[in-house]
Amino acid sequence: MSSETGKILTTDGIPLEESLKQSEKKNKIKAFLLVAPLLLFLIITYMIPIGDMFSRSIDDKMVTNMLPKTYKAMENWDGKELPPEEVFEAFYLDYKILVKNKTAGKLQTQLNYEKNGFKSVLKKLARKQKKFEEGNYKEQIMKVHKRWRNVEYWRAIKRRAPSYTYSKYLKGIDMYSNEDGKIVQVSEDRRIHRILWIRTVEVAFFVTLFCFLMAYPIAHLLATLPMKYSNLLMICVLLPFWTSLLVRTASWMILLQQQGIVNDFFVWIGLVADDNRPEMMYNKTGTYVAMTQILLPFMVLPLYSVMKTISPSLMRAGKSLGATPATAFFKVYFPLTIPGIGAGCLLVFILAIGYYITPALVGGASGTLISNQIAYHMKSTLDWSFASAMGLMLLTGVLVIYWIYNKLVGVDNIKLG
Amino acid sequence: MSKKEDFVKFDKVDKSYDGKVLVVKDLNLDIKEGEFVTMLGPSGSGKTTCLMMLAGFETPTNGEIYLDKNPISNIPPHKRGIGMVFQNYALFPHMTVFENLAFPLKVRNISKDDIDKKVDKALSMVSLSEFGNRMPGQLSGGQQQRVAVARALVFDPSVVLMDEPLGALDKNLRESMQYEIKHIHESIGVTVVYVTHDQGEALTMSNRIAVFNDGKVQQLSSPDKLYEEPVNSFVAEFIGENNTFDGEVYEISNGTCRVKLEKGEIIANPISVKSVGEKTTVSIRPERALINPKDKMDNNQKGKIEEVIYHGDHTRVRLNLLGNSEFILKVPNSSQNLDIKLGNEINIGWNSHDARALDPK
Repeated sequence: MSSETGKILTTDGIPLEESLKQSEKKNKIKAFLLVAPLLLFLIITYMIPIGDMFSRSIDDKMVTNMLPKTYKAMENWDGKELPPEEVFEAFYLDYKILVKNKTAGKLQTQLNYEKNGFKSVLKKLARKQKKFEEGNYKEQIMKVHKRWRNVEYWRAIKRRAPSYTYSKYLKGIDMYSNEDGKIVQVSEDRRIHRILWIRTVEVAFFVTLFCFLMAYPIAHLLATLPMKYSNLLMICVLLPFWTSLLVRTASWMILLQQQGIVNDFFVWIGLVADDNRPEMMYNKTGTYVAMTQILLPFMVLPLYSVMKTISPSLMRAGKSLGATPATAFFKVYFPLTIPGIGAGCLLVFILAIGYYITPALVGGASGTLISNQIAYHMKSTLDWSFASAMGLMLLTGVLVIYWIYNKLVGVDNIKLG
Repeated sequence: MSKKEDFVKFDKVDKSYDGKVLVVKDLNLDIKEGEFVTMLGPSGSGKTTCLMMLAGFETPTNGEIYLDKNPISNIPPHKRGIGMVFQNYALFPHMTVFENLAFPLKVRNISKDDIDKKVDKALSMVSLSEFGNRMPGQLSGGQQQRVAVARALVFDPSVVLMDEPLGALDKNLRESMQYEIKHIHESIGVTVVYVTHDQGEALTMSNRIAVFNDGKVQQLSSPDKLYEEPVNSFVAEFIGENNTFDGEVYEISNGTCRVKLEKGEIIANPISVKSVGEKTTVSIRPERALINPKDKMDNNQKGKIEEVIYHGDHTRVRLNLLGNSEFILKVPNSSQNLDIKLGNEINIGWNSHDARALDPK
């Protein structure tokens, strides 16, 4: 049949394309039904929580909902001079309801975040407003406290008008938008998050590096040893996987503490003096040691699976062609393990950047990471929207790393097994 | 420049992996410069071990290997200057064909211009000039094989080792590659040590063949001699087809001997039998026995045809002869004397010279 006729027909006259679709339809539905549970699971346990986290992190409806009339009246106010009478009236009416419902405290707190000293002004207003007469609210309110004559306070209220805000994200990188709406850094003594971000990336980077340096020889040994020994070694690598993370971290605490086994050993061989035992825990050292040990298998396994596929005859070929063992290794063997290195490093780095339990237990003050800060806001300050914002920033960071990796190495080069 | 007689020399080489079993036993082997020597043998006969010892990936347990009169046991592989073609090609999958070929030159710090020239020359030698920028994975098996050969030759090694290089190719390709490798060897005159378990390959390509069995060289000679004049029954059995009769010598005189079988007797050529009463296995090549011979032959027997198989260029006939029901004849299909039919009795004759009385099986 020539191609000019366009459509090829099957024997019963239906176009081939269509009958192919028909015959494949059942299989496609079957295939979809097979993955449907997983798809549903992913949507419920992954997409929805992330969406919720995002909306929570930018949500700022609380103040908006508490002062509906005020914000409606403020729509036409340019914020240069004191607002007109309607705004004062609307604010008085909104605030009256809040006081009546005993929810004024929340507004006081929120507005105090925006402008220091707002709380006392509002409290005073709450007491005095009971005696207010109808009409000319502007005069009456301004009489309550002289700060009501300051346009700054009214601007502070107006700034909270949008029901969405990115202020939590700014806070995550130690910045905020000041009274003029400009984004500036917080004062130097209050910049804690940026230190934590840098420390998190630093710890993740070095843990990845240590894991790589330790895992490469192990994986090579695993891939080249005879089956009898490599199985035993593999069990040694996997054994930590079968132990609880908490147990492993706790055993590091026993080992690393100042009166612990490692320090005892150092004293015994005379490396350090008994009264000068180094602190190896509750600082970065402890975090490095414990995290490297715990994440090591994640580096060994992808490396092993790649090395297993590299034929030993390649190294032999390299040597027989005149390359020294070192040259043969760096020119032939090493480039072939890059997919495994990429997979292992990406895996360890991403796991390390969000690690929580180990730094919380052995990290102390100088060894805690951003995830500990997130947990702190989840559990202690109950500032969930800030925790959500930082969680999303972490997620974005991981995605950026993934993107960079894809540009540099190519994700299709990853081999996990 | 005269060719050196013992360019590669195995001198009383033993090899054991576990300290209990010798894989190679007391191996002595001299290879001439420019020669194509094949190590042929069944798997586990020690031939690949010999090759690996020569390449430097295994060390002899005892004895010494000499390359151009220098002992090489203590020289690491990368300093031996021996090219090698591996069983599965061992091309570097992350390098292009060009980079693969340039690799041995780069590690020798040869200038870039010379590298380009040499690689181009080597690629054209295996007629792959167009393929320099391809990755090995984009080539067919035969092309990969040719790249591997070119890579082993590009740095002008004195010896090239090939470890069953054609094992992964299909039959037709394997045959054409055999000729190609043979022609390359003839044109550049490099010494080649080739390992295979395929006797056809060995017979086609080699100047000399070393037949290995049980860690020992059973026979080292040219292909025709190996086929026509095997020195023992293993070689006779391993190379080509072979009809055998087990019997006992009862008379030896003037270069012939009489061998008594269970039924009847044969006049044979005493190769490894010395005296009367020795047990022997007589080996006769299928094409040496003729049907209704016109010339006078000193062995004449009657046999009954049990099976006829048509093979295109020839017909295989299985006979029951002197109590051996596995006696094979190869009859060219052009011959006219064909009363070859199942169940017929026919006259078979052969010369006593072609019936070789070897060691008993």
